[in-house]
Amino acid sequence: MSEETMNSEYDQEAQEQDRETTAEAGAAYSVGIDLGTTHCVASYVDNRSDELDLVHELFPIPQLVGQGSVEACEQLPSFLYQAHPSELAEEAIALPWASQPDALVGTLARELGGKTPTRLVSSAKSWLCHGEVDRYEAFLPLESPEEVEKVSPVDASKQYLNHIRDAWNHAHPDEPLEEQDVVITIPASFDPSARELTAEAAYSVGLHSVTLLEEPQAAVYSWIKTSGKDWREKVTVGDVVLVVDIGGGTTDLSLVSVVEESGSLELRRVAVGDHILLGGDNMDLALAYRLKAKLAESGKQLQPWQVNGLTHGCRAAKEQLLSDDTIDAVPITVPSRGSKLLGSTLRTELTRAEVEETLVQGFFPEIEVTEHPMQARRGALKKLGLPYASDAGMTRHLAAFLNKHRNALSEGEPDDDDADGFIQPTAILFNGGALKSPLLANRLLNIINRWIETAGGEPARLLDGADLDLAVAKGAAYYGNVRRGRGVRIRGGVASSYYVGIESSMPAIPGMEPPLQALCVAPFGMEEGTEVEMSEEQFGLVVGEPVQFRFFGSTIRREDAVGDMLEHWEPDQLEELPEIEVTLPVEGDRAAGDVVPVRLEAKVTEVGTLELDAIPVEGEGRWKVSFDVRQK
Amino acid sequence: MMIDWTLQIPAVFDVGHIFLVTLGFLLLVVLLLKRTPSEPLPAEDDKKSETGASETGEEAPAETAAPPSIKSSQPDSALQLLSLLQKEARLIDFVQEDLTGFSDEEVGAAARVVHQGAKKVVEKHFTLAPVRSEEEESTLTVDKGFNPQEVQLTGNIAGEAPFTGMLVHKGWRVEHITLPQMVEGHDVTIIAPAEVEV
Repeated sequence: MSEETMNSEYDQEAQEQDRETTAEAGAAYSVGIDLGTTHCVASYVDNRSDELDLVHELFPIPQLVGQGSVEACEQLPSFLYQAHPSELAEEAIALPWASQPDALVGTLARELGGKTPTRLVSSAKSWLCHGEVDRYEAFLPLESPEEVEKVSPVDASKQYLNHIRDAWNHAHPDEPLEEQDVVITIPASFDPSARELTAEAAYSVGLHSVTLLEEPQAAVYSWIKTSGKDWREKVTVGDVVLVVDIGGGTTDLSLVSVVEESGSLELRRVAVGDHILLGGDNMDLALAYRLKAKLAESGKQLQPWQVNGLTHGCRAAKEQLLSDDTIDAVPITVPSRGSKLLGSTLRTELTRAEVEETLVQGFFPEIEVTEHPMQARRGALKKLGLPYASDAGMTRHLAAFLNKHRNALSEGEPDDDDADGFIQPTAILFNGGALKSPLLANRLLNIINRWIETAGGEPARLLDGADLDLAVAKGAAYYGNVRRGRGVRIRGGVASSYYVGIESSMPAIPGMEPPLQALCVAPFGMEEGTEVEMSEEQFGLVVGEPVQFRFFGSTIRREDAVGDMLEHWEPDQLEELPEIEVTLPVEGDRAAGDVVPVRLEAKVTEVGTLELDAIPVEGEGRWKVSFDVRQK
Repeated sequence: MMIDWTLQIPAVFDVGHIFLVTLGFLLLVVLLLKRTPSEPLPAEDDKKSETGASETGEEAPAETAAPPSIKSSQPDSALQLLSLLQKEARLIDFVQEDLTGFSDEEVGAAARVVHQGAKKVVEKHFTLAPVRSEEEESTLTVDKGFNPQEVQLTGNIAGEAPFTGMLVHKGWRVEHITLPQMVEGHDVTIIAPAEVEV
């Protein structure tokens, strides 16, 4: 979708037609794609098979694992390498379906990038929801020499999907991915523009019948699928399930409540957490830097490539130490780069005490539920980069989440009399590779349960049986099948209510900004495929010029209805999102410079994206309000 | 070579084992010389060709037994495996080095690199199973009609099967191989490119 089509009458109809055609034809497969920050995984179920014995198949993704060497792996590392024109031989990067692929992604890309970081694009997904950059601008890899071809975060995501599509189509020539039901997972904390950009990346590689699904929900679907018919016995009405998903680069939190609806169990996603850029990779890095410091004390200074090797070593050693309590230390060796192995191999060891101190106490500190993440002071001159969490304490982020959503189950405004209260989950579902370690998983469970018990509640139980690495992709494939009316569906809708900022007109008072009001345009929980009545409030749009609005979201104000005008709110209730923008074209009887009154209407598409339209009060037409993903 | 075999630090085991490991891999390479990657293992093929041969043998009794066909080796997959072992385990670097003058501790450190990497390669690309499931050093009986490729008799071999003896080594069988596919035209003799940092 180019900017032009986004701002004028757009090709939404065409997309909906595509969607219908696919549904009519009856897609053979539901394909789930976990488009992760560090890895992508694809899984599928055969829609033609019986509901009860739906079989999940993982789709191993063929990729370059070395120069001239192709192998199908469960995971496609989400890395894109922009090779120098003379760096690689032509036949070194051929794939089974393309002798000259458009882009080099996957294992080889990651490996080459480890040695040449200035040509490596990584964490594109985190950039997708970074409001301070233009997400269409080609600026990745960051800080690379001018001659390196740059791509935008959207382009990078597109390349990963493109690779998966080609791989699938090569394996299933009669059932191309374009004709299957495709579900792509996104963090629950993705804002409307990041969701739209993900959907756009999918459309641009021909995946028109794509649906977006929040990752924690995908983990729940996977758990339901794995539990089979038993899931109804493992949870009961009134349960509140906390989903903790610690991925490679991000941590995603959600609350799902179990309710009864016309006699049967129903799941409702009632709250999602903020976007936390903190994950398993941070843990490996923390260990590597700890060992680096230890080596520095003994007079050994490490080269960057050695730190890289140390990080790999720490990942393996950590897993060993965390899964076997009888080991006290695991040796880590980083071989020399030259062919002389002996004498120049770096040897150190990672001890249990180091892992416990760095990971257990560093990432999962034993804290009180009232303790929330520390905000680092930001320097005035901040280098362009991802907004990594400045507090590594997962438990503090979790405490803040439970506190923020203490009223997630009740209607009405957050009760400020109980500012230190928190919502007590009754069950916990873990996801993500970092929580495969029983030590860390138990630690987290115990801390949450201590909070609950101190507050006089019943301890939460762990929902087991999840496949922590692959659950998201599997759950996504299962969801594709659920959408066809088979199996239980989690209801949730939008995880936030959305507001347009309106500056009230009042006489100017020097030194005071005009007070801002917020008009609710989309309520919390608005479901996919629904639209709401347009608001009463009218806006004047200048024809022929882009008009910007300030845009806000709130994950805790659940009671606001469309058209509600907020005069004041607590600073932590509304979060300002990137601006939104609309341009009315000069056409018909509208001349440039005219002011046309419009109303705003919100719609949540079947895809899972939020759409805002501007509709003139008089006359025909409908214009898309676009999420301004460009930096001002 | 100056190795103090009485050393009590555990590094000693590395020196002993590294030769075994190395030897094992070289044997694997030799084994693979006879096979192309990602193809079904020969067990079933052999059976088919055996029955095929006996059928044709009945139809054409006049022909005398043909000399066994000797397959020419296919170096590509062997080179590929060497390349994997070099990349992950630095096997070629290790084998090419002269260990004289290095302490056991240094050899041990390098041995860990080789062991970790080689283990990764073997676990990823080969499914291994012992040929005999009995405990080593236990007594077992080898029945009549045993496959001499699977069980090798040693020592005092005399008389008729069944033979009773002690299981010295349980043997290894590769049940499945998956090696990466190779792109046509890629030079497999370069098992590790020279690396130049610019």
